[in-house]
This record gives sequence, structure tokens and C-alpha cells, in this order.
Amino acid sequence: MFEVVIGLEVHTQLNTETKLFCSCPTSFNDRPNVNTCPTCLALPGALPVLNKSVLEKSIMLGTAIGATVNRTSFFDRKSYFYPDSPSAYQITQLYTPVVEHGTLDIDFEDGSSKTIRINRAHIEADAGKNIHEGAISKVDLNRAGTPLLEIVSEPDMRSAEEAVLYVKKLHSIVRYLDISNANMQEGSFRVDVNVSIRPKGDEKLYTRVEIKNINSFRFIHKAIEIEVERQIEAWEDGVYDEEIRQETRLFDQVKQETRSMRGKEEAADYRYFPEPDLLKALISDEMFTTFSDIPELPDQKKARLVSEYGMREYDAAVITSDLETAHFFEAMLREGINAKNAITWLTVELQGRLKGGMTVTTSPVDAKTLGTLVKRIEDKTISGKAAKEVLDYLMENENDVDAAIEKLGLKQMNDTGALETIIDAIIAANDDKVEQYKGGKEKLFGFFVGQTMKESKGTANPQTVNEMLKTKLG
Amino acid sequence: MITLKEALALSKEELATFKKDLKKQIEAKPELNAYIDVNNVGEGVPIAIKDNIQVKDWSVTSGSKILEGYIAPYNATVINKLTDAGLSPFGRTNMDEFAMGSTTESSCYGITQNPHNANCVPGGSSGGSAAAVAAGLAIAALGSDTGGSIRQPAAFCGIVGMKPTYGRVSRYGLGAYASSLDQIGPMTQNVEDAAILYDIISGHDVKDSTSHESNEKVSDKLDASRKLTIAIIPEHVKDASDDIKKGYAKTVEALKAAGHTIVEKSLMDGKFDISAYYITATAEATTNLARYDGVRYGNRKEGESLHDLYVRTRSEGFGDEVKRRILLGNFVLSSGYYDAYYVKAQKVRHLIKDEYAKLFAEVDLILSPVAPRTAYEVGALEDPLEMYLSDIYTISVNLAGLPAISLPVDTAENGMPVGLQLIANAYEEQTLFDGALSLEKQLNFKLNS
Ligand SMILES: [Zn+2]
Repeated sequence: MFEVVIGLEVHTQLNTETKLFCSCPTSFNDRPNVNTCPTCLALPGALPVLNKSVLEKSIMLGTAIGATVNRTSFFDRKSYFYPDSPSAYQITQLYTPVVEHGTLDIDFEDGSSKTIRINRAHIEADAGKNIHEGAISKVDLNRAGTPLLEIVSEPDMRSAEEAVLYVKKLHSIVRYLDISNANMQEGSFRVDVNVSIRPKGDEKLYTRVEIKNINSFRFIHKAIEIEVERQIEAWEDGVYDEEIRQETRLFDQVKQETRSMRGKEEAADYRYFPEPDLLKALISDEMFTTFSDIPELPDQKKARLVSEYGMREYDAAVITSDLETAHFFEAMLREGINAKNAITWLTVELQGRLKGGMTVTTSPVDAKTLGTLVKRIEDKTISGKAAKEVLDYLMENENDVDAAIEKLGLKQMNDTGALETIIDAIIAANDDKVEQYKGGKEKLFGFFVGQTMKESKGTANPQTVNEMLKTKLG
Repeated sequence: MITLKEALALSKEELATFKKDLKKQIEAKPELNAYIDVNNVGEGVPIAIKDNIQVKDWSVTSGSKILEGYIAPYNATVINKLTDAGLSPFGRTNMDEFAMGSTTESSCYGITQNPHNANCVPGGSSGGSAAAVAAGLAIAALGSDTGGSIRQPAAFCGIVGMKPTYGRVSRYGLGAYASSLDQIGPMTQNVEDAAILYDIISGHDVKDSTSHESNEKVSDKLDASRKLTIAIIPEHVKDASDDIKKGYAKTVEALKAAGHTIVEKSLMDGKFDISAYYITATAEATTNLARYDGVRYGNRKEGESLHDLYVRTRSEGFGDEVKRRILLGNFVLSSGYYDAYYVKAQKVRHLIKDEYAKLFAEVDLILSPVAPRTAYEVGALEDPLEMYLSDIYTISVNLAGLPAISLPVDTAENGMPVGLQLIANAYEEQTLFDGALSLEKQLNFKLNS
């Protein structure tokens, strides 16, 4: 039996206005190389100046993961030649990172949880992009010098599930803090996975393989499973030492395999040493106080939802797992509706109707509208069944709930006079069934309810129908 | 040649005529090779600029083939300060490639002559700036000093060269050699001009994170009558040539005569300075020069592959001394050697700083040789190790980040200038200039050039 050992490195791009060491904007989807200057082009004589807001966002993350925020941290040069790295060294924090020794709890479906240790989070500059077009390679340096926070876990995860839970949790924390857009597809939240296996019970760490280029939660799971399988097979075939090397592998999502990154196999010597162009990065008491006062985190929000609304743990976890859903939910509650109804209509009805990559953020029905719809159920304007029809309509059409109800003619018949007329007519037309019912055939009650609902075209309030029929049929 | 102070009083018209004549004179003496070319910015007093200081729209190459054809797209902070003060960058001066050298022989533009003897080097790396001022072809110049590159050529050419406290002058726009050691400084005909030019180029700069916060000025407060306590280090002088010893003794007498108190002190053996310096400087240089890869600018040599392009560009673009220092820097940073070399060198650097701090608790200035001897003959300093050892008097000042000024004090038997330096505590430029002015007045020394 083998045990899987996983550690994760997450590069999260901080959503600052300007780059890490110059005042170029961080919008790198512009025309290539327009957002550059002498510093991020590494022209002769240009120097870096630290963007202080990067320290502020680091304090926020450090606080969120209960870590030590180093009031004094340092930068180092990491040397390697590559066209997307203009100075041929990356400015990073090797020896004294800004954040150290944090933890993050992951929660399992059965209600249990596990603490994953975070070794460090350090500030570093992102590289540009190389674009290969046949025989020609081009370099776009718009992204060069964009601030990253690299968050490095300890090898504390024991399965692909745990790794995914960790990444999801970290992703949601980063979004709650709003320190990064954290878009995996766009590369603003990049995950490198370190995987090794060992015989169960063994304390020693075996050869660690790094997998890069994984851009979704699903692929993290898949890449780990595939890599673990490869390592176990090698072990069982007796070729572990030959085949499993400490190396970087790419995950190929089409071929569903991990592949060695040739050329990077020779152990790189990055020749780190302290960056002489920057002084130590200092965090003042004032800065620390201001930015360690962070917004509510997913776990806190979850606990609050459970205690405030008596929500089930599971429902609360679903609602708080990502910031957008949580915000949507809270906006619905502002319409003065019941939390339980809000959960159902958000997680079942709305999310069931979001197709083709749509999310709550891009949903055609916004939180206020959905909240109003639920409100109309609660104030008995429409039935729950009718509300589903209204929601279908709202997904495709204009967004006014009351106008839609009117248009679809689904307003609930709360006028007891009109209902009474319908019921009297039904009783009069079915005196045989009335006799049978009175004679003890109680299941015929459903027949009368059905007839009434049909006659009212579904707009009758079922509860009122029940009560009225009971009285009339005696 | 008129002084900077005098030139600052000239009218626009007078300056225009003066600059026209100056350009003619420079072009009439091409064999000196102090200037690489003579361009001008604005209508102000002309200041010659070392080829590693960025002047917008000028070709700026740090004396290297690898930057052949590179046009700087922005001004160094010191250049903006010059033009703001009504001065004009005027001509770029020759230098050792990437400021790595003590003779200006490693420039891709060929050697520069010493104006006092065409067979001698002007010193380096700011040899072009020193020679231009010494030859009467510049009122004043800017140089850069990483391990003596202002002070040593100033001494070899018989002019005044000043290295400010680390952080006093912005490095923004100075092609980097060793970031923690580099400083831009004035090279002038006299001490007062050096103070004036220092005032113009110094001051806090938000673009340089290592720039010091204060903006104190010195030239309007110069006071040659201050009585100072000046340390001499007999142990240090004993290895210098007789010419230097003679000049040193004469200077000590002059300082005494001017009313200063001379005290004998000792400092750590200079051989530790050399090791700490060459490890620190080459480690930083190897990364600072890594950007010259032929990808974005400069002199690219196409290759079969990316690796080939890097290798060809850098093999053909860099000269021998630069390659030597890149290799040395990579070696001292490589895994397995980092602690033994780089880390140890930083410890030595701290010791040197501490030693100076202790000394400056007791004295105002230190008097020291600049070089072990007067200007070398061309080709005499071929052995790199010998060249490194010749920096023995200048580099601890850079390691400790201190201000120092080199000024001419005597003429050697062979007719070459003898220069000595005064060293002050960090940020004590006022004391440094006051002492230097007092010495200059007391010696009333004029070179027979
Ligand atoms: Zn930039």
C-alpha cells in the first residue's frame, strides 16, 4: 500500500494597479509591449522601486492564514536566461519572505476537517510571455514585472481530493480578500503540484515530481491521479529509481498524461543572492494594523450563516465556497426573504438553469430579481410551481418579476369569493363523487383539489383550496 | 581652461562661442581619445559625461561592443539634474568596458592617453573623463566610482575626483556594474568646482530605492579654516612607491601647517578588502550584465537556436576582462560555494564598515594614497590579479559606502601627477570638502601641464 504525498505551490497574481517594481499598468491583454518602461524592459541603468500595495496585500493573506507577517523582509535575485525574463534574473524572496508559517483548514463532506501547513508566501515578479509562430518567436513583456504572491504549502496532503480542497479553499480566501482576480484560465492563479509516493508507514520523503501547467480544479485532480499511477507502476515494476526523477513535468490535458519538460532536466543553479537595488521591505505598525483588519473569510461567513439563519453546515459551505455566490445570497436576503428559501432558489433553481459556463456573476437574473421572486412566493402572490415558470421566463426575457407574473397570468387566486364559486360548481357537477367521499372514500379528496387547481389554471392557493374543500365537503 | 564656477557666470552667447571652440579643440586632438563623440544637450555649461550614464537620444554603450548602436531612450536622474541647473551634457567620454578596469584600456573604442604622457594610461575606469579635464578639453566631467574609478584616474591625471557617500547621488540611469558599490561623482579642476557639481547632481531620488533621504548642500558653506583631526595609516603607505610616499609626507606637513591635528591609526590589512570587493562586485556584475543577451537591444549575433544566440552575442560582445568577472561572479554565487565566498565576503564587508565607524568616532578625515604608484605605462598592467591589487587603497571606501575625494598633491620624478585621497564618514561631505579645500589652499599646488 502506498501513501501519496502532495505539496502545492500557488502563484497568485496580485490585482494591483501597477507592476511590482515600476509604474506600468498591469493590464497585459493590451497590444504587445505597450505596458513597458526602462525598468520592466531591463534597459541599462533602470532600477526597481517596490510597489507598497504588494506588502499590504501580503499582510491580508498572512492574516487570513494565521501566519507570521515579517515586518522586515528582503528581496533576492534568481538568475536564469530566458527571453521572457528581460533582466535574466527574477526578483523574488528566498531568504526572508514576507509571510511564513501559516495554516489552512480543509473540510470534508463528512464534516471532518484537516489542517494544512503553509510554509511561506513570498513576493516575486512575473515573467513576460513568449509567443512562438513557426520559426519565429516573439516576446511580449506586458506581463513582465507583474506582482505575484507565491504560496507554498508543506507536503501535508495525502490525496488528489485533499489537494483540490486545499486549492479551492485558498482560491476562495484570495477572492474573499480581493487581493487577486485568481482566474485559473487566465493564469492569474497558477498551481504547481509536487507529488511523491511512499510505502504506507514510511516517514521518509521519496522523489518529488513537480507538475506544471494545470489550469482547473478538475485537472489538478486528474494530473495527480495520473502521476501517482505512473509512480506506483514504476515502483511495482521495479524501475522506480530509473523512471521517477526529481523533475518538472507538464500535464497534457488532451492526452491525459504528464510529460517531462526536456531541457529543464539539468539541475538549474539559480545563484540566488540578495537584491542590491532594493532596501529591506519594511511594514510599519500603521500599515500592519490597517491591513490585518481583513474582511470576513469563508469559514467565518459559513459559521455566521449557520448560527444566524440556522442553516445546515453543508448548505452554508456551498453558499460560501466562492465569494460571488456568497454575495449573491446576501443580496437576495436583503429582499427580506427566508434564508432557507433563498438557498433553494439560488443553489437548485437558479444554478440549475445556468448553462454554458454562466455563473452567478453573469446570470441574466440578478440577486435582487431572484430575491423578489422568492418574496412573491412568500407573500402568496404566486405558487412555488408558478415561480419556476416565472424564472424560466426571466432567464430569457426582461427582468421585472411583477411584470412577468402579470404577463404569464400566474397571479395566485387569493380571492376566496372567486374560489368558492369554482368549488361550488365542481361539487354540484360531481355529486356522485361527493357521496362516495362522504361514504369513506377519502382519497377522492385529491380529485377535488386537482379539479379546483385545473379550473383556476393553477393560480389557486393550494392551502386555501384544501381548507375550503374540507369545510364544504364536511 | 576656465573653472566651472567661472563658466556658470557666462552669458548664453559667451557659452555658445565657448562650446563651439571647445568642440574644435577636442576634434583637433583625436589621439587623446578622451571623448567617444561630442554631442550636446541644451545651451548650458558643458559637462563631459562618462559613457555609462544614460543621456536621452545619445548612443550610450558603457564602452562595450555589446551595446554598439544602442540609443538611450531616457535620461539618468543626474542628467535631468544637470539640465535643470542649466548645464549641458556635452560629449561622452571613454571608459573601461562596463567600468571594469583601472586603465581605460578595455574600451571597445581603444585606449585613452594620459595628457601628461601619451605613453601612460589615464587610469580607469573613468579615464576619458579624467583625461578630458586634465587636457583642458572639459570644464568638468561626470564619472562613476565602484572601486576607485573616479579617484584613481583623477590621481593619474592630476585633477580632482570625488566619490559621494553611497546613496547621495541617484544611480537611476547609470549602467550598473556593482549596484551596492556604484556612485556617480564629479571630476573637476579644483575642489570648489567638485563641491558645486556635487551639489547639482546629489539629492534624494524616488527612482533609486537606495537613494538617501536628505538633500544637504555643501558648496555655499565651504570653510577651509575648519581645524580637523585627520588620521594617517602608516601601515598602509609602506607598500606604495617612493613618489607616493614623498607626496604623502609632504601632504601631512601641509595639513599640519594648516592647523589640522594629525593622528596615527591603523586599519585592517588591505588584502581582505580586495577579496571582499572582487567577490561582491563580480557577483553583482554577473547579474547586472545578464540583461545583455541580444534579445531586446544591443548588438545581437544571430544563432541557430536561442542558446546559440545567447552564446554568440555574449562571446562576441563582451571583452576579456568583462568575461573574466562574469565567470568569477557566477562562481562565487554557485551552489556549494555561495557560503564560502559571497556570504563570507559580506561578513568582511561588515567588519570593514565597523572598523571605519570606530575610526570616525575619533577623527574627521583619513588621508590615504589613491594608488600604489603614479600612472602606469600602456600595457603595463596586463596581469589581471596585479590590476586587482592596484585597487588596494580605493575599494574599502566603496565597501563601506563612504565619501572620498582625490586631489593632486605633487609631481613625481617622472613628471606624472601624484594624487592622494581624503576619506570622510558617511554623509560628511561638508567635512570632506572643507578638508580638501584647506589642503588645496595650503599646498597651492599647480601641475606643470
Ligand atoms: Zn515598467
